[in-house]
Amino acid sequence: MIINDDKLPDLPPPPSTVGVIGWLRTNLFSSWLNSLLTVIVGYLLVINLVPLIDWAFLTSDWIGETREDCTSGGACWVFISVRLDQFIYGFYPEELYWRINTMYVIGVILITALIIESTPKKPLIAAFTLIIFPIIAFYLLYGGAFGLEVVETHKWGGLTLTLVLACVGIVASLPFGVLLALGRRSEMPIVRSLCTAFIEVWRGVPLISVLFMASVMLPLFVSGETHMDKLVRALIGITMFQSAYMAEVIRGGLQAIPKGQYEAAMALGLNYWKSMGLIILPQALKLMIPGIVNTFIALFKDTSLVLIIGLFDLLAIVQAALSDPKWLGYSVEGYVFVAFVFWVFCFGMSRYSQGLEKKLHTGHGAR
Amino acid sequence: MSTETMGVSDEVKIELKDVNKWYGEFHVLKDINLTVKKGERIVICGPSGSGKSTMIRCLNRLEEHQAGQILVSNTELTNDLKNIETIRREVGMVFQHFNLFPHLTVLENCCLAPIWVRKTPRKEAEATAMKYLERVKIPDQAFKYPGQLSGGQQQRVAIARSLCMNPEVMLFDEPTSALDPEMIKEVLDVMIELAQEGMTMLCVTHEMGFAKTVANRVIFMDGGQIIEENDPHEFFDNPQSERTKLFLSQILAH
Ligand SMILES: Nc1ncnc2c1ncn2[C@@H]1O[C@H](COP(=O)(O)OP(=O)(O)OP(=O)(O)O)[C@@H](O)[C@H]1O
Ligand SMILES: [Mg+2]
Repeated sequence: MIINDDKLPDLPPPPSTVGVIGWLRTNLFSSWLNSLLTVIVGYLLVINLVPLIDWAFLTSDWIGETREDCTSGGACWVFISVRLDQFIYGFYPEELYWRINTMYVIGVILITALIIESTPKKPLIAAFTLIIFPIIAFYLLYGGAFGLEVVETHKWGGLTLTLVLACVGIVASLPFGVLLALGRRSEMPIVRSLCTAFIEVWRGVPLISVLFMASVMLPLFVSGETHMDKLVRALIGITMFQSAYMAEVIRGGLQAIPKGQYEAAMALGLNYWKSMGLIILPQALKLMIPGIVNTFIALFKDTSLVLIIGLFDLLAIVQAALSDPKWLGYSVEGYVFVAFVFWVFCFGMSRYSQGLEKKLHTGHGAR
Repeated sequence: MSTETMGVSDEVKIELKDVNKWYGEFHVLKDINLTVKKGERIVICGPSGSGKSTMIRCLNRLEEHQAGQILVSNTELTNDLKNIETIRREVGMVFQHFNLFPHLTVLENCCLAPIWVRKTPRKEAEATAMKYLERVKIPDQAFKYPGQLSGGQQQRVAIARSLCMNPEVMLFDEPTSALDPEMIKEVLDVMIELAQEGMTMLCVTHEMGFAKTVANRVIFMDGGQIIEENDPHEFFDNPQSERTKLFLSQILAH
């Protein structure tokens, strides 16, 4: 028999498992194969990254007015900085830039408020962001009321246009997607087949042809008098297309909710919309955050396809600038800049969704 | 007054007349006739697949019957959504797997239906919920999430959640069969208390001790039929049909 009544003291872990050395040892040099891979990957990183950093930062030119100011042989960011206004505001009249800036400031304040953990009255701010802010943004951008002069949409462009396309697509496709997903699971045969048909048709067509049809064919169907704005047509096309994708993501989430949840809700006397809104969707949406954000990111990048119907989003406007004879030969800088801007937004969305997921998981325990 | 008639009034709460139901070709419920009076406690037992769950799920229209009549508090269950909503408000249900809402706290689980269905003010709903959580002996868990509770605690929350709607009838579908043995008693105790307060109850269970303590009648189902219906002492001590005898010998052999 063994009896051990002495309480053993808490010892620190052996030094080889903690700290920088420990981390290196466990993660990079845990076996000879791993060590070899570490060395090879390290070598590849160095021979590729060093010239890249050199090109982008060390030997690059940032200040100047013309291409003559780019002398050091690296990246010529002068091209971007000279054209930056155009890349952001498109062909918007320069004296009205303040309207776009105001919109950006309000937007950034709202989004920051939503991201910061401790903001009070979050649901109210969220409702404001989703319902009131789009109206404000519309009047700021388009004008036509409150003494603001109208700026036709063909003058919109650049990052502003990209953000308009993406935000409208995102905000509109979520509710449509929810409705389509619910419809596809409905017990009413007509609703179900209509929703299924809608989803399958839009999902089966490439976005580029949707945009093409929206710009070329829609005017043929809509009677001659009513002129529909090209941007509006693109927005309708993008929203329809994304709603179909969103619907399938949401349907997947709905399917993961056990039948018992529907039954418990019904047994308590909650009707269909209340069960969905209070019980099913809150649980399903939480499961679907990664899928939904994935769709948002795809949508954000897909907005650049509008260049084929003659809208000048960020990519299109940079491309146009590249063909300026004064700046021929700086396409690498142009595309790197576009890629970087897209990356910043998409990465931001991705991080936000991870934070949201973590937050929603606290306090729920196992199940 | 014997236990069988204690607290039972003449008012009919539930009436099933020649109820039949099919799943596709499969005839699950065959000519079910049953009358339950206010304050009665009915225990339903029978082998797996005999249609017990299906029958009590028909009573709040979680399942639809295809022939016959079901009346709950004199309201007939038809396709009329108004009737269904009225009946669901009057009839509470407790499930085998609790079916608590995992994204809401215990208190929110309890307040949800009173607030959204009965339009009770939140303050009042919370006070009622706390009262019932005290009755099932877990007021201290009110702000936890269901995932943080044991099975027995979850089932007691589920009972409290139903009671918050102030139902006239409570349906239980094997409320203890997903629980570990040491938790069964805490749930049964709550149910016994409820029965003693005069709640009309229909309970699918194989807990024979519970049946003997509180039931006015025990119903034995097999193959979609009610085979035998008797008071608990007669039912256990002197079963009439062969199938009942076989069933009892099987569950008592455990
Ligand atoms: N949705 C359904 N579709 C088809 N058949 C079903 C469905 N639900 C139940 N059944 C069948 O109906 C019969 C009765 O089921 P029910 O769940 O009412 O039995 P039960 O008496 O409650 O059994 P258990 O003790 O296992 O819970 C079973 O044979 C079952 O397979
Ligand atoms: Mg059952």
